[in-house]
Amino acid sequence: MQKRQWIHGWLLVLPAMVFLLLFTHVPALTTIWNSFFSTPRGRRPSRFVGLDNYDRLFDDPVFWKVLGNNLWFALGTIPVSIALAIVMALFVNRAFTGRSLVRMAYFTPTVLPLIAVANIWLFFYTPGFGLIDQLLGAMGFGQTNLLGSPDTALAAIMAVTIWKEAGFFMIFYLAALQSIPPQLTEAARIEGADGWTIFRRVTFPLLMPTTLFVSINAVINSFRLVDHIFILTNGGPDNASSLLLFYIYETSFRYWDTAYGATLTVVMLALLCLLAIGQFFFFDRKVHYK
Amino acid sequence: MTRFDRWLANSGAILLGLLWILPLLYAIWTAVHPAEYEARFVLDAPLTLDNFAKAWAAAPFARYFLNTFTLVTAILIGQFVLCTLAAYAFARYRFAGRDVLFALVLLQLLVMPDILIVENYKMIRTLGLVDTITAIALPYIASGFGVFLLRQTFMTVPQELDDAARIEGAGTLAILWRVYVPLAKPTYLAYGLVSVSHHWNNFLWPLIVTNSVETRPVTVGLSVFSTTDSGIEWSVINAATLMTSGPLLIAFLLFQRQFVQSFMRAGIK
Amino acid sequence: MLAKLIKGAAASATLALASALPAQAVDLQFYFPVAVGGGAAETIEALTNEYTADHPGVNIDAVYAGSYQDTITKVITAARGGNAPQLSVALAVDMFTLIDEDLILPFDDFIKTDEDRAWLNSFYPAFMENSQTGGKTYGIPFQRSTPVLYWNKAAFAEAGLDPETPPATWEEMVEMGKKLTKKDANGNVTQWGVRIPSSGFPYWLFQGLTTENDVILANADGNKTNFDDPKVVEALEYMVSLSKDHGVMEPGIVEWGATPKAFFEGQAAMMWTTTGNLTNVRKNAPFDFGVGMLPANKRRGAPTGGGNFYLFKGTSDEQLSQAVDFIKWITAPEQSAKWTMATGYVAPRPATWETETMKQYAKDFPPALIARDQLEFAVAELSTYQNQRITQIFNDALAAAITGQKDAATALAEAQAKADAILADYR
Repeated sequence: MQKRQWIHGWLLVLPAMVFLLLFTHVPALTTIWNSFFSTPRGRRPSRFVGLDNYDRLFDDPVFWKVLGNNLWFALGTIPVSIALAIVMALFVNRAFTGRSLVRMAYFTPTVLPLIAVANIWLFFYTPGFGLIDQLLGAMGFGQTNLLGSPDTALAAIMAVTIWKEAGFFMIFYLAALQSIPPQLTEAARIEGADGWTIFRRVTFPLLMPTTLFVSINAVINSFRLVDHIFILTNGGPDNASSLLLFYIYETSFRYWDTAYGATLTVVMLALLCLLAIGQFFFFDRKVHYK
Repeated sequence: MTRFDRWLANSGAILLGLLWILPLLYAIWTAVHPAEYEARFVLDAPLTLDNFAKAWAAAPFARYFLNTFTLVTAILIGQFVLCTLAAYAFARYRFAGRDVLFALVLLQLLVMPDILIVENYKMIRTLGLVDTITAIALPYIASGFGVFLLRQTFMTVPQELDDAARIEGAGTLAILWRVYVPLAKPTYLAYGLVSVSHHWNNFLWPLIVTNSVETRPVTVGLSVFSTTDSGIEWSVINAATLMTSGPLLIAFLLFQRQFVQSFMRAGIK
Repeated sequence: MLAKLIKGAAASATLALASALPAQAVDLQFYFPVAVGGGAAETIEALTNEYTADHPGVNIDAVYAGSYQDTITKVITAARGGNAPQLSVALAVDMFTLIDEDLILPFDDFIKTDEDRAWLNSFYPAFMENSQTGGKTYGIPFQRSTPVLYWNKAAFAEAGLDPETPPATWEEMVEMGKKLTKKDANGNVTQWGVRIPSSGFPYWLFQGLTTENDVILANADGNKTNFDDPKVVEALEYMVSLSKDHGVMEPGIVEWGATPKAFFEGQAAMMWTTTGNLTNVRKNAPFDFGVGMLPANKRRGAPTGGGNFYLFKGTSDEQLSQAVDFIKWITAPEQSAKWTMATGYVAPRPATWETETMKQYAKDFPPALIARDQLEFAVAELSTYQNQRITQIFNDALAAAITGQKDAATALAEAQAKADAILADYR
């Protein structure tokens, strides 16, 4: 009986594990392996170079810049999109005329491909005749060049990301809010608590599991979402808006330096593993998944 | 809540909604007006459907759409089947190595195939699958998130139901199919929603592994269509965007209430 | 093991299929970069259809692959993935990269008759500079362009300038630019004098300035750059001064894709962009416009640009000969004329300009001739080994100077050092 459980268990898990190993775990390991070799080029085969790629990494100013950008990007997009998602969910969790339209409005970015809406944002940001400048111009302000100056390019990219993410996260919060028994907030109200206190003391703590789930998603996305960069800035000016994954793509598929691309990927893996460890601890303490 | 508070919250909600839907409104504006009105918002701008005709003629969007549809369906079916089997084992079986394997599954929540583009491309090349829809789908067929989610749901199914079915002589797969899957319907719906919207919009990996019209999904098709060396033509690009996202947009519009409810019942919250 | 099995099965299936088909069936696949607007995609399709109608048994699958940069990325990805196209239109400047990757073949192997040799020698020399190396020809010019200056005649007249005369020198461009820059009551600029886009691939238009300053950016062997040459620094300082000192150009990085629209909207009175935009501007500009050569400094000059046909390794001789035959056909004067008229790309052979259709076209639309006449002053576009990376280093330096993060000399010196480190391997 015990043995049958074994065999059945393994057989059930096997198909999924094969694909997981083939496209996640094995590539992760070969990435590390390949980071110790040089890039094969046409007539020159790849050879073992030890830590050369890592030396180069440490001396590569673009890498450090991109890494810094990515951290700012994560710091900027994660809290704001989560906060907005909660606000949106609170907004549409009440009855009012036009609620379903508003809910749909919040949700549109999830359905529209980022690569396509990036063109629309490009228009919004365009100096002179773009939407933002037309509005600012009507108020008497001068021209901006948000994508074209190194101080604002990353922030402009972040705004698009927040727009993209908040509506998606809202769905999770909305589901969570609807499963909070109304008696809880009612009881607090009877005790004389105001809206803000109720949110802080009752609603927000009850949303904690959702916040953790959503924040994992947000962290992943802060490393994964680079589609709009292709259209908006291509990482410019002077790499001011480039992110790690975009740099990996550039290095591996535009310059065909796959060994260095692997080395950059190793850094990404290391970062994600650190985050994973951190989050597992966080999870353990705050949330009890059975 | 006072009347004023309510009014404030409502206008806030609507204002934020307007801000959020602005890109879509702009897409519609440009798509139904001639190119001269891309940056000029006047009420008497003439209406036209030319942009749709132009976009339709300039690129094989029907084909792109079919490719995306095939891709998303294939991934969804693959994920449902593989994740269901694995989740059931993790939820209800005891076997050596279970915890290690489950840890490996969870690892994929963070180390997702999207970032392993270099090695996955090599893998696809070794398999001789470059430029196929299969190649776009393979890395995503088994999903750590899916396994995790379904395992959580399966664990809430009372063991007695399982035992009762077993006593009646049902096999493993029959039990799974007749007892567990029906009870996990909301989870499938919610997970399906996340999966479809993710893969419908996925761009980087398909960009790398596809080379031809026959395999390009909508996202890559749109990017190929819009990155030009002459100027950007917002009216045509936006018409193309609306054409290709329209069906999904409408589907979500019609079913949004069900989606939220399924999220609620699935316990993704 | 699994891979081998699959490959083996696929190979034998292909073999079985191939032997079942009539012997003369030849399949050609080629990638090309296009724009949405110019009608380029339709023209290519019409031309390939015409060719296949005349050549039964030949199938041509023309795949459009996005911008120049996307196309070269796709071509290399596909070739490295083992399914190279037979031929492709890709950036002329990536010749060294494609040689380095061992992906392309010289055309010389397919040049047998005197007629073939005459064909090879019938292109403008300016275009061949980016197409030949080591005595061999790797690229055949097709979708070639060069930057020109477009100006808004209405804006010129309004500013009290002669609407028929564009600036001829750097100084004139600044002077006219100042007259053309308009401000509203709040002191905000509503019309800029000139627009030289600097997003994506700023090196190309900037190369107009360096050429005019009588300096070349890289040697003919593609293994040494001159980014820190004082004349290059001077050219960059001039470009920076347009917005910083003279206030005639929008500050910061200027988006390439939005440039024609900005011109149509009256946001800029002059713009530098590719001749590939000629048809687009002709169709969409709501005012009278002129097309002129880029203004001169020490000399006149401009880079060439655009795409060449390449032949890829890894396919049968039969397919390759057929591919060469197709390239000969599509670059013949009559076909080439159709292509030029549909897009504005510069016809790469003098013979094309002698056809009746082209003569008529040039008569109706004289600006079409400007690009051709400018070829006399044109030089090879910046092209080196590891081209994408070297140009990116250069682009980053230009962006740093344009956005004021570094001064021109520092930015360029750094870029030169980085380029040297990479190109040292190729010397």
